[in-house]
Amino acid sequence: MTNGWNDIANADVILVMGGNPAENHPVGFRFVMEARLKRKAKMVCVDPRFNRTAAVSDCYVPIRSGTDIAFLGGLIHYALSNGKFQADYVRQHTNASFLVKSAFGFEGGHFSGWDGGAGAYDKSSWQYELDAQGFAKVDPTLENPRTVFQLMKEHYSRYTAEKVSEICGCSVADFHKAAEIICSAATEDRTGTVLYALGWTQHSHSVQLIHAAAMVQLLLGNIGMPGGGVNAQRGHANIQGATDMGQWNMLPGYLRIPRANMATLDAYLRANTPRPLRPDSLNYWGNTPKFMKSLLRAYYGEGQNDFGYGWLPKIAEGADHSWGYFFDEMHEGRIEGLISFGMNPVANGPNTAKMLTALAKLKWMIVVENFETETAAFWNAKTLAEKDYPVAGQPADIETEVFLLPASCFAEKDGAFVNSSRWLQWKEAALDPPGQALRDQEIVARLFLKIRDLYREEGGKASEPLMAMRWDYATPHCPSLVEVARELNGRSLVTGKQLNGFGELQDDGTTLCGNWIYSGSFTEAGNQMARRGQADPTALGLYSEWSWSWPANRRILYNRASADGKGQPWDRTRAPLRWDGTRWSGDTPDYKADAAPEAFGAFIMLPEGVAKFFTPELVEGPFPEHYEPAESPVDNALHPEVSFNPAAKVFTGSSDKLGTRDEYPYVGITYRLTEHFHYWTKHTAREAPSCSRISLSKCRGWPEKNIRNGDQVRVTSARGQVEGFALVTKRLRGLNIGGKTVYQVGLPIHWGFVGRVRGPLINNLTASVYDPNSGTPEYKGFLVNLEKV
Amino acid sequence: MTTVAKLIDTTLCIGCKACEVACQEWNDQEFTLGTFDGTYQTMPDLAPNFWNLIKFNEFERDGQLSWLMSKYQCMHCADPGCLRACPAPGAIVQLKNGIVDFVHDNCIGCGYCITGCPFDVPRLSPVSKKVYKCSLCSDRTSVGMTPACIKTCPTSCLTFGARDELLRKAEIRAETLRADGDADAGIYNPEGVGGTNVIYVLREASAPQKYGLPKDPTIPWTLSLWKGPVKWLGSLVLAGGILGTFFHYIRFGPREYKDESDRPENPAV
Repeated sequence: MTNGWNDIANADVILVMGGNPAENHPVGFRFVMEARLKRKAKMVCVDPRFNRTAAVSDCYVPIRSGTDIAFLGGLIHYALSNGKFQADYVRQHTNASFLVKSAFGFEGGHFSGWDGGAGAYDKSSWQYELDAQGFAKVDPTLENPRTVFQLMKEHYSRYTAEKVSEICGCSVADFHKAAEIICSAATEDRTGTVLYALGWTQHSHSVQLIHAAAMVQLLLGNIGMPGGGVNAQRGHANIQGATDMGQWNMLPGYLRIPRANMATLDAYLRANTPRPLRPDSLNYWGNTPKFMKSLLRAYYGEGQNDFGYGWLPKIAEGADHSWGYFFDEMHEGRIEGLISFGMNPVANGPNTAKMLTALAKLKWMIVVENFETETAAFWNAKTLAEKDYPVAGQPADIETEVFLLPASCFAEKDGAFVNSSRWLQWKEAALDPPGQALRDQEIVARLFLKIRDLYREEGGKASEPLMAMRWDYATPHCPSLVEVARELNGRSLVTGKQLNGFGELQDDGTTLCGNWIYSGSFTEAGNQMARRGQADPTALGLYSEWSWSWPANRRILYNRASADGKGQPWDRTRAPLRWDGTRWSGDTPDYKADAAPEAFGAFIMLPEGVAKFFTPELVEGPFPEHYEPAESPVDNALHPEVSFNPAAKVFTGSSDKLGTRDEYPYVGITYRLTEHFHYWTKHTAREAPSCSRISLSKCRGWPEKNIRNGDQVRVTSARGQVEGFALVTKRLRGLNIGGKTVYQVGLPIHWGFVGRVRGPLINNLTASVYDPNSGTPEYKGFLVNLEKV
Repeated sequence: MTTVAKLIDTTLCIGCKACEVACQEWNDQEFTLGTFDGTYQTMPDLAPNFWNLIKFNEFERDGQLSWLMSKYQCMHCADPGCLRACPAPGAIVQLKNGIVDFVHDNCIGCGYCITGCPFDVPRLSPVSKKVYKCSLCSDRTSVGMTPACIKTCPTSCLTFGARDELLRKAEIRAETLRADGDADAGIYNPEGVGGTNVIYVLREASAPQKYGLPKDPTIPWTLSLWKGPVKWLGSLVLAGGILGTFFHYIRFGPREYKDESDRPENPAV
């Protein structure tokens, strides 16, 4: 979240789209209700299903799954063509005035630079016009046709209300009603927030979708404002923390993992340290050398070898090892072993049959879990659910050796949860892990020490990085999490003292820091994450003394943008920051604390110094464009010849199939229920009764009228099948898509072939189609058929 | 003693069922596996071991769907029909703070309270042969704690406090809703049972049936006679009979038998 849960209470308008917080985040939803009670906030809910959130919204708009960019594009067009945007904010705080190279364009569904042979874009035309010093040229009047503003206006001129209705299936009147409420936040004294979750991230164009939401919020002047922002509601207690600590292509703190062509630390830093694109850009990522060198100190101590950079693993240039790719590699027999730690890929991944085939090609797999999951029992799928997996191997034929290590659950270990608000909240262990179960850090440490011993005794390829790894914990086989947290915060190697924040990091090797964005969380003053102060001097619900929020205990990201160029807050009643002539006070400023308002652009993390409507970084274009899902019941109404995201990743191996709209005429969407927690509740004794069976929501007006509530039905896709009870409801309706009625089938995900309450895995149906930027599978909007059993 | 009450602002209910879980946990009751009936309701109805149910009511008007979620439990009436109907002394009590509580040691399982309740709340257990319902957590409130459902409610849809205060709060909320365009918003505190200690704020107050609440609940007239005139009359007849027997004895003395063969033999045997 750019803002935070509490901050929703400051909103005047709440757009819930691609998420269902009333059902999946009921506790956080209190702040939505608070906004409605205290500020008379209006809530708009845009979703294929009339869900619990829709039930309490002021305006509900049904849309077809996978068409969110069309809806948001429509909002951009509505705001621009009706003058319902905050012009001063746009001029001051965005790249609307930047000039783009004349070669940039968009035609027939492709941006300029498309290389059909390579299946990728040459992005050289997606750049700003630069002056002699290398700074972007701007036109503050926004009138030059090559300004981002004019290009954006032109790009979205196609997204009329009628076009939105044709693509999404909502009525023009409903769209206008929603647009009017949402754009009422364009004035300086009103703010709107956007709440989303996996309904946005699980598409083949998900990153662009969230970019589109950010564009809407920038147009309305809502970024950096209390009650504003673009707010991702994370699906688990610590999923934000997991992201902060790294992914396949990221080191902790969102530092990129080196590629093979960056042989030296210098080369890495040159490639990954951005240069400012405007004279007034603070360009905070310019400090990348400090972050990286301090991280390397945490990994390798004061060893040599270019700060230890030489020992750091490097990814081949251009290679992608995100979820889809590495399971595909496994499926092709190119991976030998897997450690599945607190993760259930058989249940979580798309196309379960492919997952099962892939795991069967492994030599060994270690599963660290609280329960025996589908992943741990994958070899037994044939016995447990033969109907669903007719082609799965016989248990006796599968040679993968599986080790199931019993883990501890959240209440059995201390440490911090990083919640959606980016708050690191420290907790204590409530009890010891039962039986042979161990705490996570002990499992990791024991594995590490044992493997290192084996290398030491028996030798092996490339053992040097392992030997060089710093491991000076007081109890090496089970480091205390306080010790690890102190390491993440970082310390001076000169004084030995804990750092107060990342501002103290050095690029000369005199500081050590495990994750620069967490620096400040465990200082000499103690564990800041354990703080429980309830003071709220700004009365905006910032609660700066409650736990600790990354970065720098800042509660609202981009908060400098809550004021104009002279530092005057857009809304005096709702100012997270105030400039007193010498310093900023209130929230931790997202700015230099003592710099004059005019000194720098408000978006200090970006080389532009301002927020971006036009983003050259993304894979499939600098502006979000509506593309249909990989499997769609209709062609793209904007450019039928380029219907699908040209840059998205679709696997086409022997286990990967896409269905046609004739065979599979309905749109499938996956979702969660309040009554369940992911794939956990099926293991527990107390079940919410009516929901402990699989239920398939089905639209009203369904062509096959003989299906009734409670009937056993079978849903099939090109990948597999599921069976369950039908729930026939008015809450999912047939939508008119350009004259054709399209029906949707809702599929709750919570079952699997192991546990106390069993049912089919919904991912039997989903496809190996991924967003090209994030590698997230397209779980929303795939084609299915449905029949009575 | 102040009369306490529970306020349910249905405009803030999201049907998360946290109150259901809290009720089951606090009262240490097992969930029974229900049957799939195509709704989101945990159970089709209240049960002897399930006292707090969120009802999901769906309506459609002019193509607009509404999905009204509302909490269903004992209303703790000011004039409780169950108490009027109960023949077992001390089985149903009305505490000084207004809570209507069942004392199961005294319950004889006759089920009269069920017919007496205009809200159809008490449920007879076929196992223990006793009747059960929400106690407004009298065991918690008696020591200054709020009822379990209210403590757990995430959206502040539920509040607990002095009845007068909550009524005022409800009035203000309904007024705000009306001012904001919900012309039909109002309070549910039915007069027919002397008002209830569970008060609702409804967006469509003229149609409480939409929320699963009876429109004009009253106590059956037979029950007002049952412990009123009928009970008094019954006592009078009984007393008259006893007095009549006594005076008959004084006036005429014991029965005399003409001969011994008329006397019944060993009536005690």
